[in-house]
Amino acid sequence: MAEQGYNFAYLDEQTKRMIRRAILKAVAIPGYQVPFGSREMPLPFGWGTGGIQVTASIIGRDDTLKVIDQGADDTVNAVSIRKFFARTAGVETTERTEDATILQTRHRIPETRLGAGQILVYQVPIPEPLRWLEPREAETRKMHALEEYGVMHVRLYEDIARFGHIATSYDYPVRVNGRYLMRPSPIPKFDNPKMDRSPALQLFGAGREKRIYAIPPHTGVRSLDFDDHPFEVQKWEDVCALCGSGDSFLDEIVTDDRGGRMFVCSDTDYCGRRREAGHAGPTSRNGEADGA
Amino acid sequence: MSFDIWPGEVLGIVGESGSGKTTVLNCISARLEPTSGTVEYATRHDGPADIYRISEPARRLLMRTDWGFVHQNPQEGLRMEVSAGANIGERLMAVGARHYGNIRETATDWLDKVEMDTGRMDDLPLTFSGGMQQRLQIARNLVTAPRIVFMDEPTGNLDVSVQARLLDLLRGLVSDLGLAAVIVTHDLAVARLLSHRLLVMRRGEIVESGLTDQVLDDPQHPYSQLLVSSVLHP
Amino acid sequence: MTAAIRIEGLAKSFTLHNQGGVRLSVLAGFDLAVEPGECVALRGPSGIGKSTVLRCIYGNYRADGGRILVRHRGGTVDMAAAHPREILAVRSDTVGYVSQFLRVIPRVAAEDVVAEPLRNRGADPREARQAARGVLQSLNIPAALHRLAPATFSGGEQQRVNLARVFVADYPVLLLDEPTASLDRENRDAAIGLIREAVRRGTAIVGIFHDSEVRDAVATRTVPLSAAREAA
Repeated sequence: MAEQGYNFAYLDEQTKRMIRRAILKAVAIPGYQVPFGSREMPLPFGWGTGGIQVTASIIGRDDTLKVIDQGADDTVNAVSIRKFFARTAGVETTERTEDATILQTRHRIPETRLGAGQILVYQVPIPEPLRWLEPREAETRKMHALEEYGVMHVRLYEDIARFGHIATSYDYPVRVNGRYLMRPSPIPKFDNPKMDRSPALQLFGAGREKRIYAIPPHTGVRSLDFDDHPFEVQKWEDVCALCGSGDSFLDEIVTDDRGGRMFVCSDTDYCGRRREAGHAGPTSRNGEADGA
Repeated sequence: MSFDIWPGEVLGIVGESGSGKTTVLNCISARLEPTSGTVEYATRHDGPADIYRISEPARRLLMRTDWGFVHQNPQEGLRMEVSAGANIGERLMAVGARHYGNIRETATDWLDKVEMDTGRMDDLPLTFSGGMQQRLQIARNLVTAPRIVFMDEPTGNLDVSVQARLLDLLRGLVSDLGLAAVIVTHDLAVARLLSHRLLVMRRGEIVESGLTDQVLDDPQHPYSQLLVSSVLHP
Repeated sequence: MTAAIRIEGLAKSFTLHNQGGVRLSVLAGFDLAVEPGECVALRGPSGIGKSTVLRCIYGNYRADGGRILVRHRGGTVDMAAAHPREILAVRSDTVGYVSQFLRVIPRVAAEDVVAEPLRNRGADPREARQAARGVLQSLNIPAALHRLAPATFSGGEQQRVNLARVFVADYPVLLLDEPTASLDRENRDAAIGLIREAVRRGTAIVGIFHDSEVRDAVATRTVPLSAAREAA
């Protein structure tokens, strides 16, 4: 039951309508950044205020919400946002990816493949992919309008020249539907392929920068690359120390001050459910932290 | 004012500071819309076009392919935060080059053409001397084989000793590539070495124009005579 | 027209705007025709306008009146009225000019300075340089100097570089303003040899030679200039 004294999901209905209009426009023009009147939220900018406003505008009483931060359901940011909606909207929350109708995320896409009808809401710190090379907003808009995206490759060129490969590993730029250049927010490039032709609706909210953009279901999303240096995702030599997964995004965890470390799934729901299903990693089998 | 520039022709614009040289350069290079009058450019495929009437995408495409602009201060014309190679490759990538190896090969070629050490391809522009930065800026502009290059005091910031080599390089490139160029300078020696034809400007007007050495050796207008007679000949 | 150069009624004056508007009339009604294979020496006291004639033919000075017809690529160009582009084309293909002074970019090698006329016509850089070395050699510039910038050369060496620049390109018309002024006997003879050879090939030459020995050795005809000066 929602707490008394707040409108449903905190925002007033007028604001929600405004944001929904921005979302509709964003869906109609995949990858295009739609300006919106970002409101003051009871959190500081940078804590996911863009994502929260998007979620607040689309959430209904029947929705089930999952919130992750870097893949985890139990970190401060995720917990506080989940509680925020539990209190202001009284909706059900879950940690199970497939049970959620709305998933708000900071910096990850769940390992479990999203399905039709689900909505993934990204928290976006800086929406403009061209910002690093062009500080003027009027000019970046013009560059988007005229599809002048060639310079974006300059950055990838620099990566290869310096490191021998494209070293950009987060917030890796993509072209949406063959048209707009888009920043996918600081998700690892490991997650980029999951955006491509996803059956789920993907919405991006930048609170401080007052921008909303979207990838409608089944929309092509292509990561920029060179013909002779094609896009690649991160790979690990290790598997998850806990669940043994060899195809998920792994976080490195330092276990002591003697150089001990282990790799574990960043997606806590995915990892936990694999363990429930009987999968085990090297650590679980050996029963010691640095056994891998 | 009215004037023409022909393919392969180098036009110098001289005059004292404040005479309007740079304003003319900006107007004819689509960087500053004139209050009245037209600037026509003979496009490759569609004949002459008023550069302020064609669509903005077409104009911007011209500016980064068919045209070059060399600033007096190389830092205005270079992307200081990326390597020399990326600076040269940018225009190629802007017109769709997507093969890293080929881009790099072309960049190497151009470093060589502007007589820079190809081993420094991955260094940032800030690590180069002023003269080398200017060479880099020139290479960055010429990589798309433009047909006309606008230069605003291209040797203005350089030591005299570096100027001479750069002038020779520019002269060689312009004649080898059959480039048209408009060069704004207050240095009559630079104008003499680089330009075929000269416009002398004063207070926003062209007071004299003609073959470069004719204007410099047999100036007709009182102001041109004053300008020429005020130069020190070492 | 068979003449390589035909000058009709050439007039040239200078107005010195910054010196009280003084007007100096140097040439008035000057006529001259030069056939291929002729070497015409202009004579007269200094200041009479000999150099002015050469400079007007070269398009370096703007004629006030008259016509300066130069045979160029099978047609004729009036250098007194031609567009700068035409004048440059004439200079590239037809008319070579040697002044007393060498004007080059500092720090460019002598062989490249000499090769430039060929390079301007689109010659292969290596071949042009090769030809340049040959001419420099024939003017007694030692090979060791070819790669050095002429700014450091002696007056005589610079003058020979200047001569090499026109002889490398085999122009049908040559304008020589005191081409041997600062040369010693040996080099002067080398220059005379080149000039005579050019005349034999059919080059039309107009020159100013103060040294009567040189003049007698190369000129096929002498044209005196008389004072046209009438201060206005």
